[in-house]
Amino acid sequence: MFTALFGSVEQGIIYAIMALGVYLTFRVLDFPDLTVDGSFVTGAGTAAMMIVLGYNPILATIVAMVAGFLAGCMTGLLHTKGKINPLLSGILMMIALYSINLRIMGITSDTGVTRPNIPLLNTDTVFTMFNDFWSKLGIDSVLSSAVTAMGGKSLPSTWGILFFMLIVTLVIKLIMDRFLKTEIGLAIRATGDNKRMIRSFSANTDSLIILGLGLSNGMVALSGALIAQYTKFADIGLGIGMIVVGLASVIIGEAIFGTKSIMRTTFAVIAGAVIYRLIYALALRVGWLDTGDMKLITAIIVILALIIPQVLNKQKEKKRKAKRLAARVAAQKARLNVEQGGNGLA
Amino acid sequence: MLKLDGINKIFNEGTPDEKNALDNINLHLAAGDFVTIIGSNGAGKSTMMNMISGALTPDFGSIVIDGNDLTRLPEHKRALHIGRVFQDPMAGTAPSMTIEENLAIAYSRNTKRGLRGGVDKKRREFFKQSLEKLHLNLENRLTAKVGLLSGGERQALSLLMATFTKPAILLLDEHTAALDPSRAELITKLTKELVEESNLTTLMVTHNMQQALDLGNRLIMMDKGQIILEVGAERKSALTIPDLMTEFEHIRGEKMNSDRALLG
Ligand SMILES: Nc1ncnc2c1ncn2[C@@H]1O[C@H](COP(=O)(O)OP(=O)(O)OP(=O)(O)O)[C@@H](O)[C@H]1O
Ligand SMILES: [Mg+2]
Repeated sequence: MFTALFGSVEQGIIYAIMALGVYLTFRVLDFPDLTVDGSFVTGAGTAAMMIVLGYNPILATIVAMVAGFLAGCMTGLLHTKGKINPLLSGILMMIALYSINLRIMGITSDTGVTRPNIPLLNTDTVFTMFNDFWSKLGIDSVLSSAVTAMGGKSLPSTWGILFFMLIVTLVIKLIMDRFLKTEIGLAIRATGDNKRMIRSFSANTDSLIILGLGLSNGMVALSGALIAQYTKFADIGLGIGMIVVGLASVIIGEAIFGTKSIMRTTFAVIAGAVIYRLIYALALRVGWLDTGDMKLITAIIVILALIIPQVLNKQKEKKRKAKRLAARVAAQKARLNVEQGGNGLA
Repeated sequence: MLKLDGINKIFNEGTPDEKNALDNINLHLAAGDFVTIIGSNGAGKSTMMNMISGALTPDFGSIVIDGNDLTRLPEHKRALHIGRVFQDPMAGTAPSMTIEENLAIAYSRNTKRGLRGGVDKKRREFFKQSLEKLHLNLENRLTAKVGLLSGGERQALSLLMATFTKPAILLLDEHTAALDPSRAELITKLTKELVEESNLTTLMVTHNMQQALDLGNRLIMMDKGQIILEVGAERKSALTIPDLMTEFEHIRGEKMNSDRALLG
């Protein structure tokens, strides 16, 4: 149980980078970008392809990010220059990427055409590289004995991945927080908030949308590249429903931790991604549920996360109104009593 | 300074909805001119403002500022030289961002936006000083979201933001129309102060004739896409509302539909 949940936390932190990308488009830019399903696989496929071909995993991960960035820019171009509606731009790019991703992974196949998956069984990844360094530090045994001392039974094989991903994700969060407060970042936020206004302050909203979509999909692709290396597998179907997972993370995080400031919200999104993975892992432990049911579960989680806050708000409102009505009725009664009392005296 | 030459605009040309919104508009402004613009609904006032700002492009004719032909330049490039305040108080600010962030956006209007922090200590100090001019106590609410401000407060902030970088041209399109009388008066007063302080070349559309007479050194009246009356600095100070009404009747040979034009 502990190992399974531990694994979900690790994965959640990797998926959090994707969720931050989704936050950037959906919330900051107010652009519902569906490119994500495609660009996630672009990241996974590009990294896996390069690693299999013998490139350094770090380089492979960076190239994957750039590929995602370019995919996002394409969606932005379709929308701004092609004047295609945001949802449709994303869907078109997502479909196009399906074929492109098969081609990217196909570079490693014998025929050199297309390939639906790449295993990374005996290759180096950023995680094995970090673990080589980590295991020399001897922190694992210290942490593990601490867990055993607290009564933990099953232990994770290493704490290194968790530690590594925490650092990577936090660094990305901090860069993002900082970026959204720079002059360009402010302009991107204003583009999502009031396009007419930011244009009247000499900002090119087209370029800002393209840049924002590029950055977002770069993050999504990075997340995909890391997931492929974590699970030692890249697959063309990896991205199906990814946008919904991203949205689920954003919505769950915001609902629980609030959106007071940008720093707070990006933290909420990361936490939301981890919580989503934990719910997912717990659902999988229900005996009669199958892995194939998970997309349905994900959809239900998002639907609930969207509806429950509405219902709660409505109930609160109702209660408040009922209370006010009761107070008014009581006041009226009191007045009536006084008046009657007065009449009686007269 | 600003030169509009032979500007024409027809909306929905060739359809039953065809509308000749601007019909051969010629207007020359000298630096520091403050022109008030009046005219009935649909006269083409907003369309003319949108032509100058670049939100619309003319069918033909040219727009020149400081000797540079801007006719085909997109809105965001022209915005380097042009400040705007819209009629709708929601339109000029970003509601989910803070007051200081909105000011930072206005502050970097005429510089290339980069990876510098939008708000730093020095700028915050400057923002505070500028906000003090509004006398709305906004200088103590720098980190409040603009969406929480009232319409009047927002419009005051919009005005400050539009004039922040001392643009070559300031465009005000009925920017007091959505406010209650006392707030409108406040914004009018602020407009006067901010324009005078930087000696901005200004065009202001208003339906309030008294306001049109009180402010500025020149006045134009528009009707059916044309400028039908131009009053220069010499005559404007002596002009009264009845004068304007008679002028209109004289030119158009019909009575002015005065309800909205007068009291707006
Ligand atoms: N985008 C557009 N498409 C079609 N017609 C338009 C468009 N914009 C304006 N018009 C028409 O052009 C004419 C001039 O409109 P404009 O908004 O310039 O008038 P205005 O003088 O600002 O009036 P108001 O005092 O009501 O603001 C109107 O008849 C209007 O219906
Ligand atoms: Mg108008």
